[in-house]
Amino acid sequence: MTSTTEPTEPLSVEQLSATTLLRFATAGSVDDGKSTLVGRLLHDSKSILTDQLEAVEHASRNRGQDTPDLALLTDGLRAEREQGITIDVAYRYFATARRRFILADTPGHVQYTRNMVTGASTADLAVVLVDARNGVIEQTRRHAAVAALLRVPHVVLAVNKMDLVGYEESVFAAIAEEFTAYASELGVPEITAIPISALAGDNVVEPSANMDWYGGPTVLEHLETVPVSHDLAHCHARLPVQYVIRPQTAEHPDYRGYAGQIAAGTFRVGERVTVLPSGRTTTISGIDLLGKPVDAAWTTQSVTVLLADDIDVSRGDLIVPSKDAPPTTQDVEATVCHVADEALTVGHRVLLKHGTRTVKAIVKDIPSRLTLDDLSLHPHPGRLVANDIGRVKIRTAEPLPVDSYADSRRTGAFILIDPADGTTLTAGMVGESFAAPQPVKDESDDDGWDF
Amino acid sequence: MTTVASVSEETESSPYALSHLDSLESEAVHIFREVAGEFEKPVILFSGGKDSIVMLHLALKAFAPAAIPFTLLHVDTGHNFPEVLDYRDRTVERHGLRLHVASVQDYIDRGVLKERPDGTRNPLQTLPLTEKIQSERFDAVFGGGRRDEEKARAKERVFSLRDEFSQWDPRRQRPELWNLYNGRHAPGEHVRVFPLSNWTELDVWQYIAREGIELPEIYFAHEREVFQRSNMWLTAGEWGGPKDGETVEKRLVRYRTVGDMSCTGAVDSDATTLDAVINEIAASRLTERGATRADDKMSEAAMEDRKREGYF
Repeated sequence: MTSTTEPTEPLSVEQLSATTLLRFATAGSVDDGKSTLVGRLLHDSKSILTDQLEAVEHASRNRGQDTPDLALLTDGLRAEREQGITIDVAYRYFATARRRFILADTPGHVQYTRNMVTGASTADLAVVLVDARNGVIEQTRRHAAVAALLRVPHVVLAVNKMDLVGYEESVFAAIAEEFTAYASELGVPEITAIPISALAGDNVVEPSANMDWYGGPTVLEHLETVPVSHDLAHCHARLPVQYVIRPQTAEHPDYRGYAGQIAAGTFRVGERVTVLPSGRTTTISGIDLLGKPVDAAWTTQSVTVLLADDIDVSRGDLIVPSKDAPPTTQDVEATVCHVADEALTVGHRVLLKHGTRTVKAIVKDIPSRLTLDDLSLHPHPGRLVANDIGRVKIRTAEPLPVDSYADSRRTGAFILIDPADGTTLTAGMVGESFAAPQPVKDESDDDGWDF
Repeated sequence: MTTVASVSEETESSPYALSHLDSLESEAVHIFREVAGEFEKPVILFSGGKDSIVMLHLALKAFAPAAIPFTLLHVDTGHNFPEVLDYRDRTVERHGLRLHVASVQDYIDRGVLKERPDGTRNPLQTLPLTEKIQSERFDAVFGGGRRDEEKARAKERVFSLRDEFSQWDPRRQRPELWNLYNGRHAPGEHVRVFPLSNWTELDVWQYIAREGIELPEIYFAHEREVFQRSNMWLTAGEWGGPKDGETVEKRLVRYRTVGDMSCTGAVDSDATTLDAVINEIAASRLTERGATRADDKMSEAAMEDRKREGYF
């Protein structure tokens, strides 16, 4: 019998419990070395275990490959292995002493846009990979555009295969400058460019010995330190009501709590709140944080809120601070990514799920389709097919309290559902597609580029 | 020279940053509440294994101080560890829950299912499970599956649609965006829901330690009479072992997973406390399924094939 343990140094329970969670997505094709980068992050953080590696080595040998093909770790479905392609987002998990990571590994080719939009929707950070020999290409611009559309707060440009360009600083600098200019124009708030060689291991986990001109973090260092909590002071507080908790027991005869996960911002006991769409107002009299009474709670905690007045509140309602309530509307304008095989057309009758509320809706107009490669607009396409990005105007059967997606990723997002068979048709983001560009910095501020 | 935004220091000390266990807990509670809000008759698959125990704990927290609006379902293979069945019954009693049991032994006694030559009953669970879901008209079935367990599960959705035969079609799965889960299904179809999708084995153990959750004692090191088969330590018993040529010996072992006795292996371990178990897992170089499950070693697509047929 083989022993399951070997004398490595495990993290202490205290260390493991104090870590935060970062959700991030990777974009890039196999040719850019994405599998190698992902494989190295998993391998060097000791997240690939012996039996998994043996299975990959065995499968690689059966295919006549000399070296283990790390893509086989994530290509979990038979169809993927048979066709040698990745057809779906794969979620991978790894941890360091400082942080736990959830990696949404999105495939580069088939169904590309739909998969990257899915992976980016929950990501706090996106890693865009380019080959140092090719620089910024059409695909790179597409990746930057998806990250900008989904308002991913942090973007890392990993300039890979630096070993094949002689570790030249000027090659990296030119690519970083071009990408940063492009992504900033789309409104990406933070861009960090890192020169790496995933194959040789430069600047992935360990700092490179070949690029002493680079003084920034390695990819893993950056992933470990990038902030995961948002600037809550400037966030609109939003609580979509999921469920009404009414024990009706001898012990709790009158308990009536409104359960939900705080989508944005902070709520406090004593705060005046408005329930939308009804518009009724009351005061928060208590907050239960999973069995523990607290004075304040914030995103993304799941809580149960108690209200001072006995007003009608049910699943689908949105609790907001009275001083910061969004307007309700039946006319929603949004940027969408169509994710279903069946097309979305003008006049399409759909269901719209926003927060915890699902309402009937109709697609009134599709003013334009957007080409991600060059950001050109095609007016009135009439329909959107799978992987299309476009603008839509939707009329809902009931008023909805929507935020702009730029202000609130959770309460500015919605999905469209086919009422006939339940298919998820479209992912929607309320408001303008791209943020305003960042103010241009004075070039004399420094002698390089400024992120 | 290159300047990169300095981001590290104040962020980790931000009072608003949730620990990873708090994030995972909140996400799972959100999933339970979505199902309670959108489905008519949900049920929790409860085996008495650690993942289903954590699921039940999360459900109890999600709806407190009210009772959980779900019942439990156990697929009893007839070869369960007695310690685990005791635990199951104590838990049901303590929380005043209702337990449904789908019995593999019944199906064998009635001649509907046949014992396999290798004595493994894991693949036999699918039919009793599916028929119970149909006869009770469950429309949402919570499972403790985690994406880190197995590569076919790495692409599983949180809400996973099953047809009226409980079959899983990877190509029919809906993209899941933000936390907007789509639970629409036709009559006769149901949705398998995985609240622990984003948890790892280590997260589960850390959460058990943090919350002080009681577990069946076989998860901790104890002396047991075992014999070796397919490179695993199996418990000797009426279910069909040891056979000729296999010898029983007494070893200090514990279980990393709990399933059917015929295909769940014990690992050599002296970890008698939660902290010792966590340290052992953090240092382990084998996945829990690789170390303990014979059925997943059958082929590269063993799990995918069982999932397609309706396995959990």
